[in-house]
Amino acid sequence: MQGKARQGKGKILALEKCPTGIQGLDDITDGGLPKGRPTLICGGAGSGKTLIAMDFLARGALDHGEPGVYITFEERKDDLVKNFASMGLDLEDLIRKKKLIVDQIRINPAEITETGEFDLEGLFIRLGDHIDTIGAKRVALDTIEALFSAFSNADIIRSELQRLFLWIKDRGITAIVTGEQGERTLTRFGLEEYVADCVITLDNRLVNQISTRRVRVVKYRGSKHGADEYPFLISEDGITVLPVTTLSLIHTASSDRVSTGIGRLNTMLGGKGFFRGSSVLVTGEAGTGKSSILTAFIDATCRRKECCLYFAFEESQSQIIRNMRSIGYDLQQWIDADLLRFHAIRPSAYGLEMHLAIMIKRIHEFGPKVVVIDPISNLFPVGDEIQVRSMLMRLIDYLKSNDITSLYTNLTNEQTLSPGGAEFTQAHVSSLMDSWIALKMIEGNGERNRALYVLKSRGMAHSNQIREFVLSDNGIELFDVYIGSEGVLLGSARSVQEIKERAGKLAREQEIAGKRRDLELKKRSMETDIAALKEKYAQEEREMRVLTEQDQGRKKLMNGERKDMAAHRSADR
Amino acid sequence: MIMTTEPKHSKKSKPEPAGEKLYVLRLYVAGQTPKSLTAFANLKKICEVHLKGEYELEVIDLMLNPKLATGDQIIAIPTLIKKLPPPMRRLIGDLSNTENVLVGLDLKDGVKRERYRKGFDPYGKKAP
Repeated sequence: MQGKARQGKGKILALEKCPTGIQGLDDITDGGLPKGRPTLICGGAGSGKTLIAMDFLARGALDHGEPGVYITFEERKDDLVKNFASMGLDLEDLIRKKKLIVDQIRINPAEITETGEFDLEGLFIRLGDHIDTIGAKRVALDTIEALFSAFSNADIIRSELQRLFLWIKDRGITAIVTGEQGERTLTRFGLEEYVADCVITLDNRLVNQISTRRVRVVKYRGSKHGADEYPFLISEDGITVLPVTTLSLIHTASSDRVSTGIGRLNTMLGGKGFFRGSSVLVTGEAGTGKSSILTAFIDATCRRKECCLYFAFEESQSQIIRNMRSIGYDLQQWIDADLLRFHAIRPSAYGLEMHLAIMIKRIHEFGPKVVVIDPISNLFPVGDEIQVRSMLMRLIDYLKSNDITSLYTNLTNEQTLSPGGAEFTQAHVSSLMDSWIALKMIEGNGERNRALYVLKSRGMAHSNQIREFVLSDNGIELFDVYIGSEGVLLGSARSVQEIKERAGKLAREQEIAGKRRDLELKKRSMETDIAALKEKYAQEEREMRVLTEQDQGRKKLMNGERKDMAAHRSADR
Repeated sequence: MIMTTEPKHSKKSKPEPAGEKLYVLRLYVAGQTPKSLTAFANLKKICEVHLKGEYELEVIDLMLNPKLATGDQIIAIPTLIKKLPPPMRRLIGDLSNTENVLVGLDLKDGVKRERYRKGFDPYGKKAP
């Protein structure tokens, strides 16, 4: 990777970088250390300077084909090799393969007498010889400030060091120079004046009795760099720097939905459940059943054959499994199928940064689709609110960029629930969450019942109803809450109400049935009446017809008779 | 001209009187720089005056033999190493400060020479 330096009239010259291979350090230095230039690393005792220097050389040799020379002024070569062997770095092997030379320069001030003018050409010759022997491209001088203690004439040392760094630059070698932290200056003897291209400081601080290490790029000529302090860890894998630059907010949002494992909860969440890759917060007082919601979700996830990783900060694995068995969930089967893994640890065991690094490492190893953290409230005593929030932010960011759905439980207490219903979380972690499910205890009728409601769920229409949350041997059920004349009815009062309603319903049904029967009877009797009337009518109709016919017949006859009579009469007119 | 790795000395196997012993000195230089030449000249002078032949002097030019710097842990140039008599001493610089050179070579006071005289026998040449 290369950084850019502007020169003159907008011509861009690329500053070549030498990647360190140390996770995260290359990110904050935008590609690595400046190639062919010396970099100063200063810090107190035990801050990790030697480790970074050696790691830089080893990675150069292993990954980039650049052999290196390590000059140590204080530690013995054998001690170094042994120490690094315990960190998984086989220096002997590199030395054998001529990829690395480790040379100790021993200076015993007691046996030196200065008799006149001198220079440090011997050092140059030795270093040059080593470099030429293996064709080294990287050099580490640890700590070159030892020269100041050995020789009384600081001016000569200073000018020789200046000469040395120019000599190194001329040969195009990327060098790391380490220095002890000074009182008022970055290094005790002011090395930063000559090694001015890139300066990095290491810090090892105690916060709340837990040590946290930080690294900072104080200066980097010709390149942009992360200017903040970044936490880093030294673990058995060497150094890992955790840069905050990954907070880029450019992860894509999935539209897939995953079931919560509780049917009615899915319904409350727009019908389908959570968005994949979203962060879900479950809050509630002690004993409200937060872990059981997690369990239902884990169960649903494992049934889909997706992996789940459970970080437990409060209870042990076997305790959680036992507890969940009592509500009918068997988590052991998923553990046996390697779909579920637990990582149970007390928050006070490490600093927040170490927790984050371990979590990311485990997530990376296992590749789960769902991560659960139970609870996050335990982390607050370990660091201050800002740190915990920062840690969670980075974790959530990491999870979202990998499309991993995450669930967090948070213990809340009475003080955080105001009567108006406005909820509150420590350090406002709720703003980091996409969905928020709250569990509440509602007292009444001499008993306490659990209630659940969805406080927020970004990106979907969610129910605003409070549901009663019941844990039974058969798992989790959600019931509608009754609003009666006395108020919200839960628990046994609800059962009573339900029974009442059922009874009432039955009674009404019977009433209706009875009425229906009456109506039937009426209808039938009416029908018979109608039939009789119809019959009568028909009868009268018939009679009417007959009469009409007779009348017509008589009329015809009369007419006929008249004609006859007329005919007769006219005869004798 | 400065020769390399060739012992420049006068006598070696002369049986020494008790207490006098052989000085083995090594001068490390880096090429023919003014400092190196000065150092060599100064050293010759001191040796002739104070050691009067009881010395073995080796001059090593690190420009020609860089690997030899590791053995005696040479960083400063010029460096004079007194290998014998023990203890090993390291003198850095062009040896222009004669006073310091003599102290550094344990030649400074008579007391020291006396001590050597009093039957101190590092070479075990004295027969019991």
